[in-house]
Amino acid sequence: MSRPSDLVQGTLDMLILKILTLEPLNGWAISQRLKQISSEVLGVSDGSLYPALHKLEHRGWIWAQWKSSENNRRAKLYSLTPLGRKQLEKETANWDRVSAAISGIVKLKEA
Amino acid sequence: MNVEQWFYSLPLRLRSFFRPTQVDDEMKEELREHLDEQIRENLAKGMPAQEARRAAVLTMGGITQIEQQCRDAQGGSVWQDFIQDLGYGFRQLRRNKGFSALAILCLTLGIGANAAVFSWVEGILFRPYPLVAHQERLFAVAGLVPGKRIDGLSWPDFLDLRRDCSLCEDDFVTTIRSSTLNIGDHAEVTSGSIVSANYFDALGVRPILGRGFEAGEDLGSNSHPVVVISYQMWRNRFRGDPEIIGKVQRLANVPHTIVGVTPEGFFGTFIGRAMEFWVPASMEETFDGGGYKLEDRGARWIESYLRLKPGVSRAQAQQQISAIAARLQKDYPATNRGRGIGIWPLWQTPFNHARTMGPTLAVMVVVVAFVLLIACANVGNLLLVRSFVRRHEMSVRLAIGASRGRLLKQLVTEGLILSALGTAGGFLLAYWCRHLLVMLVPDGKTMYLPGTIDGRVMAMSAGICLIVTLIVGMVPALQTRNLDLADPLKAESGAVVGVRSRGLIRSGLVIFQVCLSFILLVGAALLLESLQRIRNTSPGFSTTNVVVTGVSVVAAGYDVPRAKTFQNELIDRLAALPGVQSVAFANVTPLGYRGFSSTPIAVDGYQSAPNEQPEVEYNQVSPGYFTTLRIPLFSGREFTRSDDENAPSVAIVNRTMVERYWRGQDPIGRRLQVKGRWARVVGVAADSKYENIVETPKPFFYVPLRQDFDPEPDLYIRTTQSLQSTSAAVLREVHALDQSLALYGTITLQEQVNRAAAPQLVAVTLVSTLGGLALLLAAVGLYGVMSYSVAQSTRELGLRMALGADATNLLRLVVSRGLRLTAGGIVVGAVVALALTRLMGQLLYKVSPHDPLVFGTALMVMTIAAISACLLPAWRASRTDPARVLRD
Repeated sequence: MSRPSDLVQGTLDMLILKILTLEPLNGWAISQRLKQISSEVLGVSDGSLYPALHKLEHRGWIWAQWKSSENNRRAKLYSLTPLGRKQLEKETANWDRVSAAISGIVKLKEA
Repeated sequence: MNVEQWFYSLPLRLRSFFRPTQVDDEMKEELREHLDEQIRENLAKGMPAQEARRAAVLTMGGITQIEQQCRDAQGGSVWQDFIQDLGYGFRQLRRNKGFSALAILCLTLGIGANAAVFSWVEGILFRPYPLVAHQERLFAVAGLVPGKRIDGLSWPDFLDLRRDCSLCEDDFVTTIRSSTLNIGDHAEVTSGSIVSANYFDALGVRPILGRGFEAGEDLGSNSHPVVVISYQMWRNRFRGDPEIIGKVQRLANVPHTIVGVTPEGFFGTFIGRAMEFWVPASMEETFDGGGYKLEDRGARWIESYLRLKPGVSRAQAQQQISAIAARLQKDYPATNRGRGIGIWPLWQTPFNHARTMGPTLAVMVVVVAFVLLIACANVGNLLLVRSFVRRHEMSVRLAIGASRGRLLKQLVTEGLILSALGTAGGFLLAYWCRHLLVMLVPDGKTMYLPGTIDGRVMAMSAGICLIVTLIVGMVPALQTRNLDLADPLKAESGAVVGVRSRGLIRSGLVIFQVCLSFILLVGAALLLESLQRIRNTSPGFSTTNVVVTGVSVVAAGYDVPRAKTFQNELIDRLAALPGVQSVAFANVTPLGYRGFSSTPIAVDGYQSAPNEQPEVEYNQVSPGYFTTLRIPLFSGREFTRSDDENAPSVAIVNRTMVERYWRGQDPIGRRLQVKGRWARVVGVAADSKYENIVETPKPFFYVPLRQDFDPEPDLYIRTTQSLQSTSAAVLREVHALDQSLALYGTITLQEQVNRAAAPQLVAVTLVSTLGGLALLLAAVGLYGVMSYSVAQSTRELGLRMALGADATNLLRLVVSRGLRLTAGGIVVGAVVALALTRLMGQLLYKVSPHDPLVFGTALMVMTIAAISACLLPAWRASRTDPARVLRD
């Protein structure tokens, strides 16, 4: 079982929300986008993506609807809710704070 | 979760609740879609079809696992899981019939015993009167005599109380009386109550035919001969006659008009006896004789109840009532000096069987709680054994993605199935046992002590069911905590007989069980021992070959002179019967239902303390009483026929009275003042038991029946004949004198004395039954643990054998481990028992709650049970085949 590292586990939600700010996407597209953005460094497995999506949906941060795509396949499209947008802002701010602090510490050590 | 989140999440939750399959299908479709995309991408990269698929599945990870994680992420469908677990649980139970039957049986016994005892407590103590409204606000009222003795109230006192008690909603009187009922030429004694006119209205009982009593019907002397009859009497003796209202029935030899029939299931307001008729208080004289009492403040014949207004506490009401009693003392010093009025909740009613049943039921509640705990420990142990067997299943479930929470849910659901079935069984058991108590009481046929299974008993049992579920379900759930996914792959027979971490819970449970059953054993043995002592206690008179009965003459309209003549004639006739050695009358039978009257006394030469008003109980007896009951006279003589109303007053005193009032000097010829009249002491009798068998010796004296007359005394016949033939002979002689007379019940004096020990007998029977049950359950638990640990450690046993241990060594090894657990339980149990048995004080007679013999007996019984529980597993261990074990 490939588990994402703790760091990713914590930030996966934020990444998904961030990706969805641009346009509604289905699970496949989100996973492709995740790989692109993170250059596959984070190695988010598809296995952990879907449970995360369902969790976010139940928390009211994203919502989903079934749409028929061009080749007549049904796809579940996720989009951000106003609540999700707020949550993203909160998490981004938090992230900035923490990463600034951490990089500060790391640089301190180097100096 | 905040409100906004609920706004999004609620529709989703509702959807997964109502369309669980659709939600699940969509989730699967989404994952399939993802997989298809991955395959397409792989194909585009130029992989062969087969390879593309395999790679896609690999990239994605286990589909089933992801599905389960998604379901968990959705918050899980509680309901759906529950249904699923329920189905699965039932399949499990069906597959393991022996285990299920044993577990459910244990719980049925445990929960059933609790439900039955609750139903008795409810039906006898808290809501004893079917169909009566607001019983929780009903209180018993009785007079208090200095020295904490209980007495009745007089009618004028009752009226004053009713008028002045502003905190009371209703006060009503109900005094139990027997009466001869003549239907055709058939005379029979029935039980009824003399009640105030507001009785039925106050109870909220509406007659199904006719009416209750009207205001004013309880006034005047014999002025309202009306009667309300019970449903039972209406059906059985009047064959359900729909035209019954207005018909005339002779009761106590006076024609009464039947004005009402009570609804089915109403038995009046006396714990332990079903009433058959009710007459207004104005008819008291007819039933009791002895003159008109409604205006006599000194005649205390009333047993009454009151209902407090909602929200009024007993203490508040008692305060007001004590103030009223104090005023009555001041206004009527001649009759009320030193007298108070007390109120008691129904379960402490001083004038019926509530008092005697109370302590027994209290002990029962504790005992059944123990039995339930033992049953739970047993089922927990069984489940634990099962959980080892199911380790493989659990590991697989964890491996394919079930969360531990989910496994816990399932285990608790399985516990719920067991305890729900146990509760259902328990209800059936309790329902069958409703009337068990009546059967256990020796006097049971005439008694009415039903259990009531109502909402509160149901709720109590349901609560127990839930607690049991949690306990029983949690035990194996704790076990899943240290479940290792690789565990099932390991060899399973490598265990050692000694203590292992996993065995701790199981050993703990066994110690717990042994401890509880040891306590119950001690309790049962103590009760048994005290019953034995009670049986061996001499009442101070000879109980063998004496028949007790009574003739109902007041009901037949006899006045005092006629009753006196009748008594003389009857004694002469009976004394002449073959086999009869002596015959006597006495007003009150010792150890009977009716208490003795007491009276203030004064003794020549005895200086009482300033605040002391000596009051002593007494009995009115005829000549021949001491001969008939074989009560030894130490000096002086018995009463004779010449000690009659025209002769000087005389008295016979008992030994304790001589000690107290004459300092042990011979009182013959000295004077004693009784009810203001001086009587000469003519004899000294031995002490005997008067009100109950467990009392300590107390002062008592006797006066001749003729000098303090009662028209309906009890009749004692010492005879060599049997009860039946004596009873028939007495009836023949009575009818020879007057055809219209009826006999009260005929019993042997021995039977009467046995009845006095009834509460102890009931307690002993129930506690020893449950103690035996607990012992059995504990033995089963010990057996389970020992046989499991033997089965788990075959390798060790085989090794020991291969290294030279023989069968005896192994036998000793297993038995000693079993005994170590037992010893642990007994030590803890003994310590707890030492503290707990003191609470049984009231039920114990001449037995110390710490009786070493009793503890020793319990120790022995427990040890024997433990050894027998270990023997079979030990024998199995000794038969281990070392060659086979080491090969495996």
